[in-house]
Formats: sequence, structure tokens, C-alpha cells
Amino acid sequence: MIQTRRDFIKTTVAASVATSIGISVPAAARAKTEDWQREENWKWDKSVCRFCGVGCGIMVATTAGKIVSVKGDPECPVNRGLNCVKGYFNAKIMYGEDRLTKPLLRMKDGKFDKQGKFAPVSWEKAFDVMEAKFKEYYDEYGPASVSIFGSGQYTIDEGYAATKFMKAGVRSNNIDPNARHCMASAVAGFIQTFGIDEPPGCYDDIELTDAVVLWGANMAECHPILWSRVTDRKLTHKPMKVVNLSTFTNRCSDLSDLEMIFEPQTDLAIMNFIARYMIKKGKVNQAFVDKHCIFATGPEDIGYGLPADHPLEQGQTMRNKAGAHWSISFDEFKKKLEPYTAEYVSKLSGVSVEKLVELAELYSDPKKKIISFWTMGFNQHSRGTWVNEQIYMVHLLGGKMSTPGSGAFSLTGQPSACGTAREVGTFAHRLPSDMIVAKKPHRDKSEKLWKLPENTLNPKVGTHAVKMVRGLRSGEVKFFWAMVTNPFQDFANANEWIKAAREKDNFIVVSDCYPTVSAKVADLVLPVAMIYEKWGAYGNAERRTQHWRQQVKAPGDAKGDLWQILEFSKRFKLKEVWKEQPLPGLKVEGFPDGKLPDVLTEAKAMGYEPEQTLFEVLFATPEMKKYKWPDKIANGHPNDIADDFGWFVHKALWQEYRQFGIGNGHDLADFDTYHHVRGLRWPVVNGKETQWRFREGYDPYVKPGEGFNFYGKALKKIPSGGPKGEKVALAGKAKIFFRPYAEPAESPDKQYDLWLCTGRVLEHWHSGSMTKRVAELNRAVPYAKCYMHPADAKARGLKRHDEVVIESRRGKVKTRIETQGRDRMPEGMIFVPWFDENVLINKLTLDATCPISKETDYKKCAVRVRKA
Amino acid sequence: MSRKVDISRRDFMTGAFRSRNAALAATGALAWTHVVDSSRGAGDSLRPPGALPEQGFLASCIKCGQCVEACPFDTLKLATAEEQRATGVPYFEPRETPCYMCEDAPCIGACPTDALIEDTPIEDARMGLAVLLDQENCLAFQGLRCEVCYRACPLMGKAIRLELRPQERTGKHAYFLPVVDSASCTGCGKCERACIILESAIKVLPLDVAKGRLGEHYRFGWTEEARISRDFEAPRNAPDVPGWGEAGLRKVLESMDDLSGIEEP
Amino acid sequence: MSQLPGHRILIARRATQLSILGLFWLGAHQHLGVLTGNLSASHVFRTIPLADPFAVLQILATGHFLSGTVLLGAAIVLACYFLVGGRSFCAWVCPVNPLGDLASWLRRRFRISGQFHVSRHTRYGVLALALVVSAITGVAAFEWLSPIGMIHRELIFGPGLGLLAIAGIVVLDLYVLEHGWCGSLCPLGAFYALVGRRSPLRVGFDAGRCDHCGDCIVVCPEKQVIDFKAMAFSASIDSGECTRCNRCLEVCPRDAYQLTLRFGRSVAKHPEEGEHHATQSAA
Repeated sequence: MIQTRRDFIKTTVAASVATSIGISVPAAARAKTEDWQREENWKWDKSVCRFCGVGCGIMVATTAGKIVSVKGDPECPVNRGLNCVKGYFNAKIMYGEDRLTKPLLRMKDGKFDKQGKFAPVSWEKAFDVMEAKFKEYYDEYGPASVSIFGSGQYTIDEGYAATKFMKAGVRSNNIDPNARHCMASAVAGFIQTFGIDEPPGCYDDIELTDAVVLWGANMAECHPILWSRVTDRKLTHKPMKVVNLSTFTNRCSDLSDLEMIFEPQTDLAIMNFIARYMIKKGKVNQAFVDKHCIFATGPEDIGYGLPADHPLEQGQTMRNKAGAHWSISFDEFKKKLEPYTAEYVSKLSGVSVEKLVELAELYSDPKKKIISFWTMGFNQHSRGTWVNEQIYMVHLLGGKMSTPGSGAFSLTGQPSACGTAREVGTFAHRLPSDMIVAKKPHRDKSEKLWKLPENTLNPKVGTHAVKMVRGLRSGEVKFFWAMVTNPFQDFANANEWIKAAREKDNFIVVSDCYPTVSAKVADLVLPVAMIYEKWGAYGNAERRTQHWRQQVKAPGDAKGDLWQILEFSKRFKLKEVWKEQPLPGLKVEGFPDGKLPDVLTEAKAMGYEPEQTLFEVLFATPEMKKYKWPDKIANGHPNDIADDFGWFVHKALWQEYRQFGIGNGHDLADFDTYHHVRGLRWPVVNGKETQWRFREGYDPYVKPGEGFNFYGKALKKIPSGGPKGEKVALAGKAKIFFRPYAEPAESPDKQYDLWLCTGRVLEHWHSGSMTKRVAELNRAVPYAKCYMHPADAKARGLKRHDEVVIESRRGKVKTRIETQGRDRMPEGMIFVPWFDENVLINKLTLDATCPISKETDYKKCAVRVRKA
Repeated sequence: MSRKVDISRRDFMTGAFRSRNAALAATGALAWTHVVDSSRGAGDSLRPPGALPEQGFLASCIKCGQCVEACPFDTLKLATAEEQRATGVPYFEPRETPCYMCEDAPCIGACPTDALIEDTPIEDARMGLAVLLDQENCLAFQGLRCEVCYRACPLMGKAIRLELRPQERTGKHAYFLPVVDSASCTGCGKCERACIILESAIKVLPLDVAKGRLGEHYRFGWTEEARISRDFEAPRNAPDVPGWGEAGLRKVLESMDDLSGIEEP
Repeated sequence: MSQLPGHRILIARRATQLSILGLFWLGAHQHLGVLTGNLSASHVFRTIPLADPFAVLQILATGHFLSGTVLLGAAIVLACYFLVGGRSFCAWVCPVNPLGDLASWLRRRFRISGQFHVSRHTRYGVLALALVVSAITGVAAFEWLSPIGMIHRELIFGPGLGLLAIAGIVVLDLYVLEHGWCGSLCPLGAFYALVGRRSPLRVGFDAGRCDHCGDCIVVCPEKQVIDFKAMAFSASIDSGECTRCNRCLEVCPRDAYQLTLRFGRSVAKHPEEGEHHATQSAA
């Protein structure tokens, strides 16, 4: 693919010229002012940035049916009018030349053929084939054979509709978001520690804190506007300290008072050292711990989330019980920490004793307010859940949680990882508002709100994302619909899944805006409307929900994901889905073994007819249709979906969805409110948002006099003293977990002698499907480089810019090396960002996951590098 | 014919015409000098790394193009006759292709006349100086998190560093201002190449080069009142996106067949 | 024309000119290392340096000190042209030569007669001026404007308006000055004429065979070099202005011309006379 250095540059240059010039106009036209260029013709409206989880507000200008300008929203408290360089290009991402505008189906001789070539088809034909394939597998293998791979970039209503369609409609729990690769460890950490998901604190902490500690979070590049706030605090608050813990030097080190480059995976040990240090020095906030916490631990050898036949999983007995845990005494907790001395941890991590002590002192100082930020360094970790829990351990021991200016704060990478994936619960095991499918009361509540017959909802946890693609390989998953995400570029060990998708008997649908890797791998590609071509809402990392209106129409036949889900639901009659269904392996009280019961009789009693479609039963219900379109809240803005269906679908879905959270700690305001404000942080009770949860005086769920109340309800009854101990309830308390150090799944050896870490750069976002269409961003960072230590390069006879092949046991890619610049690697480690579809780095990564959260470790695998 | 030749030869030789020839020669020298001097170009050409100062470089460059051939990135070009530059002399335009600062600087090694000074370490090259010409349009100077030039700089942190300043307008953000250090900047132009606004705000070479131009699709949010919603009228003269429609679809289908990223290299 | 016997040498010359251009082009575009650079300076097989000695002389005239590779390259080229003699560069290497030949052929074909004329010695004046102007301007003055350089570079490195010089030279030669560029103006030709005049390799002439038919004069681009009287004594063409195109060898019906090797001033049968004439014609 790349012949010479010269060719390589030529192709990248050609590509950057070819891909998208956005709203460019011919030079001749630029000379005179067209109607659309006159700013008095522009109409500005509030919206939100399409990219990361920071959730910057932006203003969008439209005229003549096109977005012509954007600006940071000066009234949005997150960014006060600022943007990062990606945000600056929000207006351009929709205008790439190769925008998908028609459904594309693999065809041969006018018929669908898995080996055929893509050809444009009508929506009707697309849905005909999609329906036929879905039902072919569904009827033969049941609900476990079909799946939707969703996204933390779904708008909230899209995620909600997809969940409802899958869980309530076709009774399959096989819907899981790409947030599985992103936030799952954070979720598991929150749920196990607090019994409820998402950060207790908010961004306002930054302006109040005395120290920021980064644990595997390259905020300078990946959360640019928040980093701007951290920097401002550092500049304007003298005592402020910044610590950067990372496995390589990144741009956060520029601001850091203390940089700690540690050996991959040893963050587990460093955290135990801090806890041990605090206890030894008597720095534990005993009053807080006694009143609000208990100590807990779980099994220590839990495997690496690899398939059962993988060598690393042999002899592994706890792999399916990895999440089990039980309470222990403080003494027992102390004893377990005993091995983590400064000397031992220093040797393990490569960080000097002095630096370790300096960090521990920072956490120990009772007068210092401190925030710990993390993102993928923790979450994408084969012990992701543990390491999340350990940071709470450190904060809880010092009583530095849920306090203005203090707290452990999990950042998100996607604009609605929180709002959609987590809050709506588009996971294989979840229901909206932190409920789970395995719990009868949660299913009952959902069935009630969704007006479903009892036991319609499937009680068996579905296949999580990684299991989904493994299912494609093993043949257990037959129908795979990816929405708002690019799985075949995203999944670790990508070669396996690309092969499975192309070669096995299955049907791959990809809803996408551009010809991404995933679109190319698909059997059917559905063109989608992008962010400002539809109504929507995102929820950012500080629980801020922000809505926007549709600004312009989608090009060609492109349609919103919501429209696609609703249209597809018209293809299913109740008698096809609510009949008795095979569900191999189901063994749950109240259900026949291996089967979902027929609920048609009860449905009839509720007034449903077997001939009714899922569209009528789930979406076009009389309650929903009460929300009329047009609505004055639209203020003249279009709504293609409402026009198509005849009622205000987005508002109807929102109003139904918010019922789940009311009184449940997840209260959301009503639809119209959000169109008058710059977002609100839930729980929103009596019209008031919440800055600090669990904290008296801020959180309406905490009663006067309690001080703190960790009121999350999940996993609050655990065995006491040991795995088989008597179960005790611990309402209102947070758990302080002991978690040991564990070896990484794969480490460098003689054959593959380097660590590979993957991640992002500021200029591109995620798989690059949008930012690579912006010529300017493409010019700034045309391809994914391999960052390497100069000594490692020299040892391999390599110079900067030399073309190299990077190989792991799973695949190889070709790119060029860089020994300087933004990321400075320690010896023995390389970094390759994953935005570049021509440097498909996830062919190399290992699909080892945290066995509890099932989130893949994208930060550690063994590779080798040689000259190309 | 041969008669004419004979005559002219004799003319040339005879003393009678010597003074005329001398006058001709003097006029020729003046005219030639003028043509040479007026075609030296605007003085804004960037030369390859290690180049002698412009005057010496123009004197000693033999226009052989061996540096151009040695450049693995096609950065260097020889000026052609129509360009407002010294014809046949190598130069580069960083916005198009910057110097990639090869460790072994093959261009320098290829120069037979030492117009590119032999064995110049690439980090000592001074092809020009990056100047952040237009602070008013530089996103970083407005507080946006861009700093693309800083990260593109091969001597990041030295040739371009970031100066941090609190932002009073928002009260909670900071400025990350790119500042060029002439002591380290080689003038490679990666910054100019990488700058994401329409007309690069940072340029290699003198201050009199044209200003930057902010993207047409962007306005700084706080400089004007947020005008939300007048009635949404059906528009005229929609700016077309080239490629959408049949041509776009063809492109999409072609792109679908391109599996270069998916296949093993 | 049809009476003229062979074109083998003409074809060989064109082939040489073309392949040198081709090898340079391949060096620039396909990384073929046979010839890299251009006629100003280059490397053979990336090791042996070559350089245009006239360009080097101009650079030296600017007062700029040169060292190393380029001087060696110039010396090698100088030695080669001294050995092969005359203006072999012009006939065998220079990309402008075919243009001059084309214009001459067109003139003969369409009987276009000369409008202006200047002395063929003008080129020596231009040569001198080139060095003077180099000293004044501080840049190699002829290289700055050289149509040879422009055409050659733009053929190798990519086209520009410099290629208009092709038309310029053809028009000049055709309508303004017969054989104007190569025959009267080009200082590079003048330079090589001076370099090559004492070369051991010459075009020999056997006066006994010559029947004075004049075919050689018709084809010769530098007709002044054919001086039957002088050649009768020296038995060779002794002027450095001879381009060694060898057309005379090809067209002579009586084979009066042949290449001869001779060290010393001439290959004369009558040494004294020959020496006298050779000196005279070169003067």
C-alpha cells in the first residue's frame, strides 16, 4: 500500500486534498458576497459540540439550508465560548465529499449477495433485505442471535429507542455500546463502590481545588477545554499542584509539578502504596471512613476476559465470578496493603521513592483539596474496575469525595457516553436509570413504564460488545447492526472480526455517514443524518444534559438513526416477537428453562393485537402521539422525523424516558426546559441542578444532618467477612476496596519486545471518520505516526520519518516513526494513535478485557518494530 | 553566404569597429546586469537547509537540482522561468510541503558547490523563521485549544513553546499562546503547513507576508451577541457541496472498494 | 538530401542527446542513479562528479570561492572535452543543438534566407561579458538566463515557461539570425571551442580525395571551419569551433574525411605549412 517515502507523502497529500473541502465555494464566487454569506441572513441557534465528553456548548449558524458558521457558546458554563481545534470545525464535518447519501447493499445480479459489490438501493429494498435476514436468524436461533452495537454518540433519544426496540420489542439484550470500550470500567467502579453510576462531582471542582492528579488521562489533548480550566487554576491559584501519572510523557507534563512515568499496569501498586502510606502516617480521615464507608475485597485471580480456550484463561476458576466481593475489616485491609512498601512499588513501577512519597503526601494532606482525573489509562485496563475502585479507595480514606474542590472524577471520551450509553443503559445488562435486566423489580418497573406484559423483558444478560464480535466469529451472533460507531476500526484484534464479518454466515448492517472501515466491511450500509441534521441531546461527563434542535436537512436519502430504528420496528408484528422464544442457557426464577415465555395472551388482555407492529406498540402509542408537531419550542426549526411520523417523536420519547429517573436519583427536567438553558446537571429536582451528589447541602437526596449519603442502591447487600459470609446491608455507605497488583495479560518478550499503547491526538477524534473529512485537520495531522524513544529507534537502525512495520501476534501495520514531538516515549514502549484507517492499529491490539467490566485494554500489548 | 561571413569577421577584427564593439559590449553588460538584478525574485523564497546567506547562495548554487532529487519528501523545487524567483534555484513552500528535517539531510550532502554548507546538523539549519503573524486570527490567541503549530513543530517546546495566561473574559480558562524562539526555529515550516485556518497565521519568513484569514465558517462566540432564531426561511443560493449527488455516490462506491487500510500491508 | 548517403552518425548523435536527457529524467523521477542532477552539475552512478566548467568559471568570477566536488567535476568534464575535441558538447550533448539543426534544415527546406547577421565571433564577446557581468552582479550571469539551462532543467524537473526558449531559439534561427544561437551567440559553445581547439581527436581531411563538390559545406553548421586551403596543409579541420558532428564524414561522396588521432598541433603532411595555417584559422 505504501511503496516509498515519497509515495506515502504524495498519497497523504492527495487524500487531504481529495477529502472534503467543507463549505468551500469556488474562488470566483468568493469574490462577491453571496446571499448565504451575508450575516444578516444567518440564523444562530444553540447546540453542542459533536466530539469529546467535555460537552462544550456551541452556536450554529444556518442559512440557505446549510450550516455556514459555528462559534463557541459564550453562555455555556463549560467552555464560555471557547472551542478546541476540532470544535472549530463542527460546521465542516457534515460536508465531506464522500458523504453517504443512499443505502448501499452488496448485490449480485440484482439480489443481495454477501460476496456482491455495493450498489445503491432504495430504503424500502434496504429494509426488505434487512428484515428478511434478521428474521431468518431470529426465527431459527432466537433473540440471542441478533445484536445492535450502539454508541456513546447516540443522541439520548436514539439510544433510548434502540434499547426499547431491542429489549422490549424483539426481547434481546444483545445491545451494547462502544462505551464498553470506553467507560465500562468506570461504570463498574462506580456501581461497586457507590451503588450508582457517574461522577459525584462536577467541572466546578477545578476552580476550587488545590491539586489535580492525572492518572492515565491526557487531558491536554483529549479534553482540551477542561485542560484550559485546569491550566487557568494553576496560573491563578498559587498552591495549585498538577501531577501527571502516565506511561509516557505527554503534553500534560508541560504543566505538571510532578511527572511520574510508570511501568504499564503498576498504577495498581502505586495506589496501594498511597493507601498504605496514609494509614502508616495516620492520615486516614477516620471520622469520615467510620461513618460512611466499609472495607471490601474480591477474588484476586480473575483472568483476562479472553475466550475460555485462550492459554491465559486456563485453570481460571473465577473468570465468571470476577465481580463478586465481600466486606472485610479495617485490620484485614491494612494487612493486605502491607506488601506495598515504597521500595517494592518503586522497583515495580520504575518511579523513584521520593516521587511516590511526594504524591502520597499530596493525598494525605487534610487541608488540600484534590481532584483525580482519569480516562482511558484506567478504564482500558485489564484490571480497569479495580483501578477505578482504588482511586476511590485513596479519596475515601482521606474523606476527599463529593466535596467542592475534591473528588475522584472519571472523564468521558464521547459526547454522550454518560447521557446515552450509561443513563439510558444501552448495555447488554442494563435498563434505563441504572437498572439491570437481571433484577425482577427493575424489569417490573420497566415493563410498567413501557406498558409491556409481565416477563416480556429478557432476564438474561445479553452479549457485551467484545462477546458480540467473538459471537460473529463463533457463529453465535448472526445479525449485527452498528450505529453511530465504527466497530471494525475500534475493536482490538480487528483482523479477527473483519474476517468473521466477511466470511461467516451473518448479516452486518452499518449505519454511517461516511465510507468508514466498518461500512466497507458491512453487507448493508444505511446513510445517516449527522448531529445538526436532527434533534437530539447529549449528556457530558459532569452529568450535564444538553439538547439541540435540528438545523438543516440531511443530504440525499440520509436519515437519522432514530428514524431507522422506528422504520425498522414497523417490520415486526407482535406475534413474531412476543411468542415463546428459545433462549439457550436461561435459568431464572419465574421463567421456563431455556425459553422466554409467550406473552401474547397477556398482551391481548392489555389491549394489544398480535397483528400490531412494534412501531405501534413501542413508539406510535396514543401517549406518544399526544406530543404534537409542530411545536412552538421548535421556533421555526425543521424536524424531519416528526414530519415523517406526524408527531413530535423526540419530545415524546424524552418525556417517557425521564419517568425512569424521577425519584430514582436520576431526575431529568422536562423536554422544553432544556431548550431554554445551557444544560442541567442531574439530578434535577424542583428545577434545580445538582453540582455535588451525596453531599448535604447540594444533593436533594441527602437529608440534613447526614453530611454524606452514598445512597446508590446497587450491590449494597454483600457477604460479610468472606465470599460465603452472611449478607449484610450497607445502605448509604461507600466501599473501600482492596485490590492487589496483577500482571498484564501480555508483556514484551524476546519475540515482541515493545509495549504498544494506543490513544488519541488533539486534532482527530475517535476513528477519524469525521475529522479526517476536514482537510485542515488532515493537513495538520495527516496520518498516525509511531512514537518511539530515540534509543529504541537507533537500536533498530531507524531515523525519524523512516517507514516501519509494526507487528504483534495478531496483525501488522505500516507507518512512519517519530522520535520527537507531542508524545515522548520511554524506552521499550511505542504509542500509535488509532484515528487513522490506513494505520489500523487495532489489528495489533489484544482483546484482553477487564473481567469485571469487559472493557478492552487498548494500552498494553507486545509488538515489534522493523524497518519497512 | 560565406562572403557575408568573411565580411563580418573582418568587421569584427578591424580596428574601425573596435570602438563600436566596445560600446556594444558596455551596453550589453549594463542590460545584462539589469536583467539579472531585476530577476532575483522578491526575496521571499525559502532555501534548503544549510543554505548560505541568500547572496552567497545565489552566487554558488549551480542549479543542478541534485538537492531536489535527494529530497525524499519532494519538498524542494527548482524555480521555473515564470516564477518571481531566481530561475533554476531550489526553494520550498512550507504550506505545500514543509521540510521534514531528515536527520541525515540528504539535500545538503547532494550539493556539489557547498551552496548548502556541508555537514550542517539539521537542527542548526536556518531556512527561515516562523512568525506568528496574525494574532487576531490565531485560534490560540483567542483562547481556543488549537496550538496545532506547537505540536507540529519538530522542536516542540524549544522552537515553539506555549505561554500560558489566564483568561479574564471567561474567568476559568487559560490561553495557550504559541511563541516562536528564533534561537531554535529552523524555519522548516511544519507549523505553517499544519496551521488549520484558511490562510496560515504562522508563516516562515518576513513580517511583510500577508496576514492570516479566519475560516469563513467560524466566528468567535463572545465578540457578538448570540442571535437565536429568526424565522426559518427557505433558503436561496445554497452553497453546494461538490461531490454530493451522482459524482459523490461514485466516489463513495470507489472508496468502498478501496480496502488498503483493511488489508495487511 | 536524398542523395546524401548515411545518417548513422546523425542518428547516433540524436540518440546520445536523447539518452543523456532521458538518464537525467530517470534520475530525477525514478531514482535511477546512472546520471543524477543536470548538465550544470551531476553525478555518474552517484559517485563520479561532473560539472559545467563554464558555470564554475562564472561562479569563480563572482568572487565566490568554490571547493571540492564541483571543481573536480569541472576538471573531469574539461578533460573529457579536451580529449574528444572541438565543440563535441554542442553536437552530442546539448539539448539546444537539435533545435538549431531543425531551424537550419527548415531554412534549407523552405529556402528561407537570412535577414540579419552578426559575426560568429560575437560569442567570444558574450563569453567575456558573461564573466564580467558575473563579477558585477555576484551571480553566474549566463547561468542566470541561459536558455540551455532553462530548457534542460524544465525538461527534467518539470515544465515551466522556460520551455518557451525552445520556440525562441527556433524563431531566432529561422527568421532572425541564421544559425544564430549556436552559431553566433552561445557563450558555452564559445567556451568549448576554446577548450577543444588543441584536442588530439580531429576530423582528418585527405585533400587528394576531395573533388570540391561542396556537400560538406552545405551540411556543416559551422561552415567557417571548412577551409580547403588550410586543410590541404594540415590534413584536418583544426578550428575548435568544429562541433564534431561528423556530418561531413557522412555526406562526403569520396570519403575525404575521417576521424584521426594526433597529438601535437596538427596532423599535417607538411608540418610547417600546416602549423602556419592552423594557427591562422584559429586566430
